[in-house]
Amino acid sequence: MSGAELKQLLEGANCAVAAAQSAAALDEVRVQYLGKKGALTGLLKSLGQLPPAERPTAGAEINKAKEALLASLAQRKAALEEASLRSQLASSTIDVTLPGRNAEAGALHPVTQVLRRIEGFFTGVGYAVVEGPEIEDDYHNFEALNLPAHHPARAMHDTFYFNPELLLRTHTSPVQVRVMESQKPPIRIICPGRVYRVDTPDPSHLPMFHQVEGLVVDEAVGFADLKGTVVEFLRVFFEKEDLAVRFRPSYFPFTEPSAEVDVQCVHCLGVGCRVCSGTGWLEVMGSGMVHPWVLECSGIDSEKYTGFAFGMGPDRLALLRYGVDDLRRFLDNDLRFLQQFK
Amino acid sequence: MKLSENWLREFCDPALTTAELVEGLTMAGLEVNGVEPVAGDFSKVVVGEILASQPHPDAERLTLCRVSAGGGERQVVCGAPNARVGLKAPFAPVGASVGEIKIKAAKLRGQVSQGMLCSEKELGISDNHEGLMELPLDAPVGKPLADYLELNDKVIDLDLTPNRSDCLSMVGLGRETGLINAMGAKGAAKKGPAVKDVDVKPVPAAKNHTFPVQLAAGEACPRFAGRVIKGIDTQAETPVWLKEKLRRAGIRSLSPVVDITNFVMLELGQPLHAYDLAKLKGKIVVRQAKAGEKLTLLDGKEVTLNKETLLITDKSGPIGMAGVMGGLSTAVSDSTENIFLEGAFFAPKAIAGQARAYGMATDAAHRFERGVDWQGQSRAIERATQLLLDIAGGEAGPVVETVDKKKLPSNQVITLRANRIGLLLGVDIEDKQVDAILARLGFSAERVTLKTGAGWKVSAPSYRFDINIEADLIEEVGRVFGYNKLPIRTPKASLTMLPNEEERLPLNRLKDRLVARGYHEAITYSFVDADFQRDLDPSKEPIGLANPLSSEMSVMRTTLWGGLLRALAYNLNRQQSRVRLFEAGLTFTRPPNQAALKLQEIKQIPHLAGVACGARQGENWANGTEPLDFYDVKGDLEALLAMTAEEHSFSFVAGQHPALHPGQCAEIKKNGQTVGYLGLLAPKIQQRLELRQDVFLFELQVAAMTTKQLVQSEPPSRFPEVRRDLAILVGKEVPAAALLECIKQSADNTLKHLGLFDVYQGEGIDAGKKSLALCLTFQHPSRTLTDTEINKSVESIVARLAKDQGAELRG
Repeated sequence: MSGAELKQLLEGANCAVAAAQSAAALDEVRVQYLGKKGALTGLLKSLGQLPPAERPTAGAEINKAKEALLASLAQRKAALEEASLRSQLASSTIDVTLPGRNAEAGALHPVTQVLRRIEGFFTGVGYAVVEGPEIEDDYHNFEALNLPAHHPARAMHDTFYFNPELLLRTHTSPVQVRVMESQKPPIRIICPGRVYRVDTPDPSHLPMFHQVEGLVVDEAVGFADLKGTVVEFLRVFFEKEDLAVRFRPSYFPFTEPSAEVDVQCVHCLGVGCRVCSGTGWLEVMGSGMVHPWVLECSGIDSEKYTGFAFGMGPDRLALLRYGVDDLRRFLDNDLRFLQQFK
Repeated sequence: MKLSENWLREFCDPALTTAELVEGLTMAGLEVNGVEPVAGDFSKVVVGEILASQPHPDAERLTLCRVSAGGGERQVVCGAPNARVGLKAPFAPVGASVGEIKIKAAKLRGQVSQGMLCSEKELGISDNHEGLMELPLDAPVGKPLADYLELNDKVIDLDLTPNRSDCLSMVGLGRETGLINAMGAKGAAKKGPAVKDVDVKPVPAAKNHTFPVQLAAGEACPRFAGRVIKGIDTQAETPVWLKEKLRRAGIRSLSPVVDITNFVMLELGQPLHAYDLAKLKGKIVVRQAKAGEKLTLLDGKEVTLNKETLLITDKSGPIGMAGVMGGLSTAVSDSTENIFLEGAFFAPKAIAGQARAYGMATDAAHRFERGVDWQGQSRAIERATQLLLDIAGGEAGPVVETVDKKKLPSNQVITLRANRIGLLLGVDIEDKQVDAILARLGFSAERVTLKTGAGWKVSAPSYRFDINIEADLIEEVGRVFGYNKLPIRTPKASLTMLPNEEERLPLNRLKDRLVARGYHEAITYSFVDADFQRDLDPSKEPIGLANPLSSEMSVMRTTLWGGLLRALAYNLNRQQSRVRLFEAGLTFTRPPNQAALKLQEIKQIPHLAGVACGARQGENWANGTEPLDFYDVKGDLEALLAMTAEEHSFSFVAGQHPALHPGQCAEIKKNGQTVGYLGLLAPKIQQRLELRQDVFLFELQVAAMTTKQLVQSEPPSRFPEVRRDLAILVGKEVPAAALLECIKQSADNTLKHLGLFDVYQGEGIDAGKKSLALCLTFQHPSRTLTDTEINKSVESIVARLAKDQGAELRG
């Protein structure tokens, strides 16, 4: 066989390699040239028929052609595999912008969120969270808090009654009484929960709302500690370091001295607006030093121990914090409202 | 309480604007609710007099009036029914303005009208629009009305706390205003005249007429001052200055006697009452009522008295409810000539709650139940006498005080310890400053040395009967010092770690899981509609409110479903189709058939409940649209129960509940005890709520889920696990849980997992049977299980299933 023929054979093989469009077709080309009965294999087998002197040169030529063909086969195979992979990937391409599945989660009620936030601040500095019954007796809701029957201050608590002795608690202060009855100072607690007053629902009143009361009883606790606690809480709650807070003398039969706590209106920053009725201030808490009679009534030595208490309304705080226009929204349970508090 | 600013300034007139004045009151603990001008905007309105009147020729209801207002007469067309000759009324001539109206000359039905005669409402003085405002006969014609009535004044609306009834009077408020503004105090920052008091000059008795009084109620009424005044002019008119002061305090002028008693009450804080002397019989006795006695009050209302009520009586029986309201039978009328004035001290405890008990609220009761100065009775009578004699004439008898001295309150001496001030207020106030503050308060104080160091013996004046203990004094010291000047201190405490039991599963985590599974938290009322709840939960006895807001809020909930179903319906009515809500809160139940309910018998049990309806998944290109079913909600519950790591103690058993579909109701049990329900809302209730979709409900006792097993871990086995699937046929009625339980019972501990992956009923299977496909996974902790061992286990399970549940392997 001449070198020209070998060259032609190789060219033909290369053309066949290039023309092969699949791994199978390519294999056929390999078999055609390099298989047992393949053309190049045949040439190698026929070397024996050549004169011995020509054999090494011819053999080398054929082997060279064979290696070239193997290389081109391998190259083509890789190219075909890559193309096949590419097409496979192309066919499994998706629209990544379509929305995902089952993304819907619900939400906690905004008042619960505020309650958790309040609880977080206080438990973080060592207060325990205590709960109590919502149907209370007159003794714990009123009498033990220095509000005997017919006390005029009871008029501030329009009360739902079941009978003359049983009522829906008007504040969470009875929980404090229950704690003081059973626990020795130091006491540091907050009492969150539902409370009830006879009020027709309107934008700023609900017959059922929430309250968080705090109580600290220890040795040498003073009004300065109450102020420190309340001011710090309000500033972290509203996340405003320089939030103006003021204390106004007030009256609660179970505290002495007593104070109402106002914060600078968080809506208008004290300029005066609809939210604060133009005063620039918002009443957010009642507070005071626990009345010695209340301590004694629960078996705590009022000479040795003093305490402070404060009470706030999470519903109102939620209203202020989240810009809610009407307290009744909190009880409508309208999903379009609740969904906003994810 | 409403009061005129000008009147207050008669007693104490600090150099402050109205805004500064009320800010000071608010910051001293006398909260000001609002300030309103005493009249609306008007200009050039003067006192007018109707000189002549005749009917309008062309309009039945109109009158043509000749009005004099200084500077000539004018014709005015007027529609008021009380337009009559001689009447003096506010007149707005042409060029005046009243509110938004500019008065111009006009023709009304063809007649010229040169101005407008005004009603109180038109001038913004009151809501009265029945006719023209009637001015006193001696009102000077032509005088600007604003000057005549001194309308350059404001009404301050005070919201006083119950302890400060000493400020329910002008004298008290004047005193407090002086205190707040440090007026009259040495070195006071703001200079100004000292606080004035009312100059009460005792009126000597002209005659010796008296009326006997007997006190028979002990501490309830230890002092009763009385005075007879004879020969008063029944035609006298209350002067305009007095009427105006009453009006600005929100009190209507009635007659000179009543007006004067009201005026003195406002001025001095002591309620008074005047009896028609001619109608009093025998003697006055102050005593407690006997149950069932009857009394007709001034307002004509007859009440049946209870024995808590303190009475003024005479020989005829009850003639007044002490400290609340007088009786009709002895009331002063137009024909009264002789009166008996009462100025009594009724103890707060005796009056507290009385007015309320009869559905009343009176100014007198408001003061007595909070407390009045127990030394102020005779003084108030003297003041009223002074005014009465000036206005209506008459001859006064002597003031007679009937007193039970032993039953009177006493001036308490309270010990104030300097160290206690420092402790409670957190600031050391110098002794000298405490002296000054006590003096400003009008308290008499004497420095003493106590075991605890410096101190004072303090006694408060009788009008400050709210001062009883040391803490009261410390509050006053703090208040005058200024709450906002007191220091702020962050409390110090030892950094003790609080317990945090890991075996407690907080409700918050359960809530969070429901939220993650698509539920929104709701808060619904604890009181619900009794009828609706009876449909939902007929077996439980609800606790009814004695004074509910409405019938829809009349009983305490025994289940959270009522509120949640209402909330669900509310949302469905607002185009929401997929609703999942949950709530955590108490349910309230009581033992049945028991009259006297006691607190400890009421069960107030925390529950976690939910409602769900609509598509299984939110509308999405990738989701199906099939509605959710029982097993979706059961899955939500199982996800909660799994958090306890004690899910094996819970079981779902086919049950019955009045609110649920009988075929789709599961009773949830924990260790055999029922702790909740899950199911499809019963069709009857679904219809009642007009709901078109299926609604699933669940409710569980929170306590069943709040314990959590502390994990004790096992190492995972290194040896292969082997899975065997079984298809078995059982009777349709056999619950899956029974089969699974049966397998668990019969397998040894190499059975690591048991799953149920298919349930089939229908073609190819007996009508009474169902086919279940189970997968069983076996694994040994320390070696590889052999086929023989596994086959043996499976065979014994199959045999047990056949024996106990009638199950057979499906071919």
